Amino acid sequence: MSISIQSIRKTFGTYKALDDISLEVPNGSLTALLGPSGSGKTTLLRIVAGLEFADDGPGKILFHGEDVSGIPAGKRGVGFVFQHYALFRHMTVAENIAFGLSVLPRGQRPAKTGIRDRVLELLRLVKLEGLEKRRPHELSGGQRQRVALARALAIRPKVLLLDEPFGALDAQVRKDLRRWLRVFHDEIGLTTLFVTHDQEEALELADQVVVMRNARVEQVGKPQAVYDQPRSPFVYEFLGNVNKLHEGRDARYVRPHEIEVLFAAECDPATDRLARVQHLFSAGPVATLSVRLDDGQFLDVELSRKQLDELALDVDDEIAVRF
Amino acid sequence: MSVRNVTTESAPIRAVLITVAVGFLTLFLLMPLFAVFIEALRRGWEVFLASLYEDAAWSAVKLTLLTAAIAVPLNTLFGIAAAWAVTKHRFKGRALLLSLIDLPFAVSPVIAGLVWVLLFGAKGWFGPWLAEHDIKIIFAVPGIVIATVFITFPFVARELIPLMESQGTDQEEAAVTLGARGWQIFRRVTLPNIKWGLLYGVLLCNARAMGEFGAVSVVSGHIRGQTNTLPLHIEVLYNEYQFSAAFACATLLAFLALFTLGMKSVVEHFSGHVGKGH
Repeated sequence: MSISIQSIRKTFGTYKALDDISLEVPNGSLTALLGPSGSGKTTLLRIVAGLEFADDGPGKILFHGEDVSGIPAGKRGVGFVFQHYALFRHMTVAENIAFGLSVLPRGQRPAKTGIRDRVLELLRLVKLEGLEKRRPHELSGGQRQRVALARALAIRPKVLLLDEPFGALDAQVRKDLRRWLRVFHDEIGLTTLFVTHDQEEALELADQVVVMRNARVEQVGKPQAVYDQPRSPFVYEFLGNVNKLHEGRDARYVRPHEIEVLFAAECDPATDRLARVQHLFSAGPVATLSVRLDDGQFLDVELSRKQLDELALDVDDEIAVRF
Repeated sequence: MSVRNVTTESAPIRAVLITVAVGFLTLFLLMPLFAVFIEALRRGWEVFLASLYEDAAWSAVKLTLLTAAIAVPLNTLFGIAAAWAVTKHRFKGRALLLSLIDLPFAVSPVIAGLVWVLLFGAKGWFGPWLAEHDIKIIFAVPGIVIATVFITFPFVARELIPLMESQGTDQEEAAVTLGARGWQIFRRVTLPNIKWGLLYGVLLCNARAMGEFGAVSVVSGHIRGQTNTLPLHIEVLYNEYQFSAAFACATLLAFLALFTLGMKSVVEHFSGHVGKGH
């Protein structure tokens, strides 16, 4: 089910949290709302969920063409996973997952066995079989997150919303869960919108990246497109490392891995610049050079270990850079 | 074999500190408690039991129980409502409400009694109207209940506010997105999270409701067998030099205190959180 966000504004007192946001989330896509803190991304997610209401005006939220702006959160059919999961701490895993079904009005509520079957099915889906009797405090961070996901899915939501889904996890768990979520999303095919401040996460996971800044949408596009053709200096700098070079009154942006390194003797003045190696960081698969250009500006350059070995570079060597 | 670490004091200092603490406790807490029981039993079990079975004592016990039975549920409801309003919502006047909840703690009990005399007494604001309709509040049971409710209303709210503040609104919001309605959210999410804090507040509220002296004394009129609560009855007996009877009744309040302490430990054991601000 597609989500259509149309001219949404939100102010808290005099603070503008969202300034005329319009955005399309295609059916079945995995879309990332990416931005620094204070950019309004979480507020937007909460408005889509119905946990927050947009300012009066022409603003609308549509699910599959149907205006849901006036529908309360509980009837909107959204699965929401909170940043810190917000599991009910006095309930078992099974009771947590069953909650959304057990609060249905009597006529719509499945029978006890129906609820139990659904809980077991969801536990299998999120790979937590056998943990149904545990309580939230007996689970690891990654397990808690998957319980929160199963709980949100139990009500068969039309869309899935995740607030900083990996924010509270260790680096390693984060990576694993990220891959898992991508595969999981492709399996269930549910339209998913998630908030993150981590560009790597957004680029790796999403079909569509929405870069937000200061209450506005800065750029929307596929990860590759946003990365390769940033529409503003902000997007350039926010999506990964970038060198900012001053050329007269203009600034030029070059990503460290887009720079080619040559021997100084090969320097072609039409395309290349001479530079001197200042620092060399060679731990890991990718080496980073910090070089000083002939005009005194610094530049970060990334190259593979193999290239580094071939060039046999050392600090203070003179080289040529092409970009 | 004792484990030493950098924050452990040397043996003599520990001994001194422990002696001071235990000595202080004995002097100010245990001795008075023993004195109550010893005085109560000085003239034997028969006098002791007779003092409790006497009509005036019995009616004081009943009035005390009645007062608590009205004040405690009322203030439990108020406390939950106030804590809910203050912690789960942001509204104008929130800070004012927070300080108003503390008012009974800040006001002298005598004043807390006198304000009701000023309002409902014969010469008070509503006095003539009440007299016209033959309603007695001051020097009658309603006045005692009103004064007790006033004195004890912060206990439950004060216990719940920090607890609910620290828990935030995440779980309630999660329940909302899962389709739960107001009452379901309260009963299935909020209440289980606060139940031990709530029980703790109710215990303290009850202890105070049964033991309150000052405010109740002002509005009661000390009519024997009618408007004397247990603490007031004890004072009357004491003033009449019936020491054994006074202390016999005092043992009841002492038992209430011990019961409250015992229950408090039970609650703390089960919750493992109360008192640590969660």
